[in-house]
Amino acid sequence: MAESFSNSSNAIDNMDNEKLRKALLIRERPKKANAITNTLTFGWRALLKIKYIPEQLLDVTVFPIMFLLMFTYLFGGAIAGSTGDYLQFLLPGILVMTVVTITMYTGMELNNDIRKGIFDRFRSLPIWRPSVLVGALFVDAVRYTIASAIMITLGLILGFRPEGGVVGVLLGVGLLVLFSFSLSWIWTTLGLILRSEKSLMGVSMMVLFPLTFVSNVFVDPRTLPSWLVGFVDVNPISLVVTAVRGLMHGVATSEQIAWVLIASLVITVIFAPLTMFLYKNKK
Amino acid sequence: MKNKSTVKHRVDEESATIINDGTTNPIKIELKNTSFVLRDKEPKQLAIEAKGLVKKFGEKRAVDGVDLAIPKGTVYGFLGPNGAGKTTTIRILSTLLKPDDGRVSILGYDLANEADEIRKRVSLTGQFASVDEDLSGLENLVMIGRLLGFSRKEAKERAWELLSAFALEEAGKQQVKNYSGGMKRRLDIAASIVVTPELLFLDEPTTGLDPRSRNQVWDIVRMLVSLGTTVLLTTQYLDEADQIADRIAVIDHGRIIAEGTSRELKASVGTGVFQLRLKVPEESERAEEVLSGKLQTEIHFSSTDSSAMSAQVTNTALVAEAISELTKEGIEVIDFSLGQPSLDEVFLSLTGNPPEEKGSEGYQERNHHTEGGG
Repeated sequence: MAESFSNSSNAIDNMDNEKLRKALLIRERPKKANAITNTLTFGWRALLKIKYIPEQLLDVTVFPIMFLLMFTYLFGGAIAGSTGDYLQFLLPGILVMTVVTITMYTGMELNNDIRKGIFDRFRSLPIWRPSVLVGALFVDAVRYTIASAIMITLGLILGFRPEGGVVGVLLGVGLLVLFSFSLSWIWTTLGLILRSEKSLMGVSMMVLFPLTFVSNVFVDPRTLPSWLVGFVDVNPISLVVTAVRGLMHGVATSEQIAWVLIASLVITVIFAPLTMFLYKNKK
Repeated sequence: MKNKSTVKHRVDEESATIINDGTTNPIKIELKNTSFVLRDKEPKQLAIEAKGLVKKFGEKRAVDGVDLAIPKGTVYGFLGPNGAGKTTTIRILSTLLKPDDGRVSILGYDLANEADEIRKRVSLTGQFASVDEDLSGLENLVMIGRLLGFSRKEAKERAWELLSAFALEEAGKQQVKNYSGGMKRRLDIAASIVVTPELLFLDEPTTGLDPRSRNQVWDIVRMLVSLGTTVLLTTQYLDEADQIADRIAVIDHGRIIAEGTSRELKASVGTGVFQLRLKVPEESERAEEVLSGKLQTEIHFSSTDSSAMSAQVTNTALVAEAISELTKEGIEVIDFSLGQPSLDEVFLSLTGNPPEEKGSEGYQERNHHTEGGG
């Protein structure tokens, strides 16, 4: 038979049989890890990815700087009469726009995993299933915070003077990060449905572009035609911008903040379970 | 946890299989037809039991009524062309895909209701590297270890132990994307046995590997099984199934079209071809005499090479005898080979058709996952 001719013991010239045997003999199964450990482990994975691919931080470093400089000096004179005045209005808005735009990378990262075998490995492990996503989302929240910090620092240098003080700014960033965390669930849902990164990118741009531009990020909606104002008013991005702007300048009402919290909750309640359903039943 | 590993020694082709249960219980060995047989006190338990498994992708029945009964501690091979339904079946059995019909029990747990229990005990190594290529080998294994509940220190120790056992120690801190195909595959399997599973699924573990890496994978599989793990693997190569699988199921169009040991399969498929070349062509007549006497079959001469001859053989043991007989007679053989029936021949013989390369949905779907993914 074939066995008599192939001498397989010859082939392991660098794999030590005894070591192999020892390693495989150990069958002790540790106590099942809890949900938090699982989540932290996936967070650790996301951090490692940043370590190996630091250029993925471009979107939270260079983008915000570019956007802020570009729009402040491009529109400042025309819209508000002076760049200094416009910056007070624009910075919270463009902060929201930047952070909301980078939320879509969460979905792309997941989509990437699916197309590789590692997705199957994670799904076949006895772990708390949402941890794969929640861990990654937490690290993304860190990225959002980095982006916010960079923008606000640059803004302060350029002359941004938030009247809400440090507390107002921190609350504003906190609210924005919370909203972005919820929004990410939409991209994870799409990441599970769409077949490629490119189609995901296309769809998210299609959603994000009108949502961020047709809002109160750049201009006061009162200058818009009335039919457009109707859209701007219900646009969740506008709600977030209003609340963040209000917090930073110390004029936010609890109603404005409540709307953002409600929007975040609604998005999460719909899209987090939907993501998990798709994740479980992915072919 | 009570360790119930089973150590199995294959003593020799025909004669005896001695099974040594790792517990302290005395082992009962019976003499029966010149074979030592261990009588299990309990009937042999099944690692996988499936009845009437069906999975449809739209109109296509990727898995179409598969029945399985795979005993614990064995290597079971799914043999079939691309798109036969091998991967889909493995994905169902490893809880990744819900079947449309059929009952499955894995290690005594019901697939439909006790998937979590099953996930604790089985591991899957998919067809495409199921490790994170951006991370290092060490980080991959530590990650899996942490997910399974090891402390940071334990996970690291286990990771180094596996890296060292799989000859990946030096590459441990390198990113996996820089690994060779064989190294990636070994890491992939290592990731599946961070906690040694009771049942391991390997989907085409050696496709695309060079012969040496392939042998290393086989060695790992043999070692795992000798220590009590059940392995279910898929392959497109009859040779591979022959080398490591105790039993083989030939799958085509989502159905099992033949099942048995490789010996049984080959017997049903037909014979192998024995070919040899002599150093001195003038000795061919004498060689023919010796060979036909030993092999009890007709010897064919090559029309192009006067020193080459071939014969259809059924009993391969006779081939070795024939060669030593030639040596005794002073006839020098410079080259010989024993051809295996190819997968094509198996299919031809079992179905009357060569294997179809048109993929089923299951295969195509996997392809979507890879496009552009590197």
